[in-house]
Amino acid sequence: MSAARWRNAMKSGAQSSNVGRPNFSTQATTASSRDSYAVADSATVFSRVQRSVKPRHLLVASVALAFPFFSTPFFTFQVMSQSLILGLIALSLSFLAGYGGMVSLAQMTVAGIAGYGVAVFGTSSAAEISLGWPWWVAVPTAVSVAVICATLIGWLSVRTEGIYTIMITLAIGVAFYYLVLQNYSIFNGFQGLRELKPPTVFSVNWRQPTAFYFMSLFCAMAGYFLVRYIVRAPFGVALQGIRDNPRRMEALGFHVVAHRVAAYALAGLIAAVGGILLAWYNALMTPGSVGVSWLINMLVIAVLGGVKHPIGAFLGALIFVLLQTFAIDVIDRERFNLVIGGVFLAIVLFSPDGLLGLWAKLRSRFGPNQTITTTQRRMT
Amino acid sequence: MSRYLNLTRTQWFVLLSVGVPVLAFSIWALLGNARLYLVTMLNGLTLASLYFIVASGFTLVFGLMRNVNLAHGSLYLLGGYVGYAVANYTGWWIIALAAGFLAAAIGGLLMQWLILRHMQGQELRQTMVTIGLSIVIADLLLWIFTGQVYQMEAPSLLQGPIRGIPVINAYSAYRLSLLGFGIAIGLFLWWLLNRTRVGMMIRAGVDDRGMLAASGVNVNLVFAATFALGAGLAGFGGVIGAVELSMVPGEDTRLLLASLIVVIVGGMGSVIGAAVGAAILGLAEAYGLAYVPTYSVVFTFMILILVLAFRPRGIMGKAA
Repeated sequence: MSAARWRNAMKSGAQSSNVGRPNFSTQATTASSRDSYAVADSATVFSRVQRSVKPRHLLVASVALAFPFFSTPFFTFQVMSQSLILGLIALSLSFLAGYGGMVSLAQMTVAGIAGYGVAVFGTSSAAEISLGWPWWVAVPTAVSVAVICATLIGWLSVRTEGIYTIMITLAIGVAFYYLVLQNYSIFNGFQGLRELKPPTVFSVNWRQPTAFYFMSLFCAMAGYFLVRYIVRAPFGVALQGIRDNPRRMEALGFHVVAHRVAAYALAGLIAAVGGILLAWYNALMTPGSVGVSWLINMLVIAVLGGVKHPIGAFLGALIFVLLQTFAIDVIDRERFNLVIGGVFLAIVLFSPDGLLGLWAKLRSRFGPNQTITTTQRRMT
Repeated sequence: MSRYLNLTRTQWFVLLSVGVPVLAFSIWALLGNARLYLVTMLNGLTLASLYFIVASGFTLVFGLMRNVNLAHGSLYLLGGYVGYAVANYTGWWIIALAAGFLAAAIGGLLMQWLILRHMQGQELRQTMVTIGLSIVIADLLLWIFTGQVYQMEAPSLLQGPIRGIPVINAYSAYRLSLLGFGIAIGLFLWWLLNRTRVGMMIRAGVDDRGMLAASGVNVNLVFAATFALGAGLAGFGGVIGAVELSMVPGEDTRLLLASLIVVIVGGMGSVIGAAVGAAILGLAEAYGLAYVPTYSVVFTFMILILVLAFRPRGIMGKAA
């Protein structure tokens, strides 16, 4: 049964249990979340938005929107845009890891496939390779190719579990790295493809820092809310059930493999968008951008922020970029890996839930008794 | 004869679908250029020995502790660098070999004793710790030894080619000796695991850690010893590889990838599986490089996919 058909069956299964299974789509959700989306007419949607929006959300949103107007272009482009893009790719990893229980190191590879896709289908410095399609053909094609690859990677790696998944996806990622390094006919080998520019649409040059920032912000927000939405939807709840106890979910009649592969495909979509933005940000795609250090950096970013909440990826990315940009002024430029490796090690050793976990610990100690990171949907 | 060919239909299918193309290729290649074919086979087998030495340590640690040590490549590099420095200082390759083994073993022991011991059973966290360690170790090594390419000289005894082999004519003595090293280490591991008391403990630990501890064995000590041995094998491989390949930052990733593929293909935790996986990977890489140079990596990758598709736990793997 395909994942899409399965989702439909699950949705209809709630009302009519004619498919021979009880209406577990409501059972599988927690009692607290049932009330808020079982009945979803427009009035409750509005009140739900009103209830779930807190002052800190408005604060973050207004800072994010106003940021480029009182900051330097350097900060807007180099720090904030890069954090948003890296955060978006890391989000795909943290979605898989946090909600699906599958730590895939190949997310950067998927992003890289999308980036190379834009370079090959669109325009780049290597005219004999690039097909020169207009952006509105090249970008969707690149995203589709990346999503198909992500699905295949997912199909391959869901045959394994836990730590095996890390090994398989790492092997796939490194294999792709060697492929682009050695292949000159499509990927232009070590040189890579250069001069990748975002298109000029609606007479706005999206290469310009402020415009690029807003484009990244839009994509990042879209990814963030997509993940927030998915993890509350029946599919997401089933995915979390599979993370916690695959055998039980299998016994309940859920197709475990289909759910996992669908999660890979969804994460692939997020990573692909991030990958295209990253290609435009760097203006080039080289084997180095899908090298093993970047595969691992994505894990570092996701774990640094914390994988139990989608915002963790962006938090981790911001810290990562800030360290990358400013820590090298304090210490030797060459020693960035030592710093980031050390920080990562410290986080894994002392706070496995990342900075969000640290924050939750502090809150539970000093603040009112409430945690910010929950594996399930947060109570409103 | 029929007793030995008592295969199921799937086994027949796999045997035919793999065996026939390989046989066809072999005949075609042997008729075309027999020397190239045989040299490539030797290249593949010697590369396989190096992979086996490194990956057997990886699989040993994994089998006992369920710990994917992603810093294994860094230990390989550490062993190689230390071996190079010692060989430069003393001029003895054998001492360098021992020093590489010891350096990596001590490094592994420290990792296990200081960090991994405290998170027993948390597999994912352990793996992430080893990722962090691999970043740190790689950068420290880059700091100390810089990005320069080091190439160790083979010991005088093994320098130069061996002449007078039929068809092939001449082949590097050092590379041939690698084959010996691989077989020796394989036999040693077999002896250690199957014929000694320590090996008995390790095998018991693989099956049931709790029961082993309950029978009065100091499991932590067994773990530490196994980890040291596994890491030491990586360092040993590092010194051997420092002659055959070369020492540069990035080699750690290459050997880590090779180890990963070897144990995924061969089956995790099985030393015999590591030997089978190493032979497949080494031969595939050598033949790929000789006959289809641009896509040799894709070739390796295809093997990985095929094995995963038909045997998700690897060729020799058992269900966990």
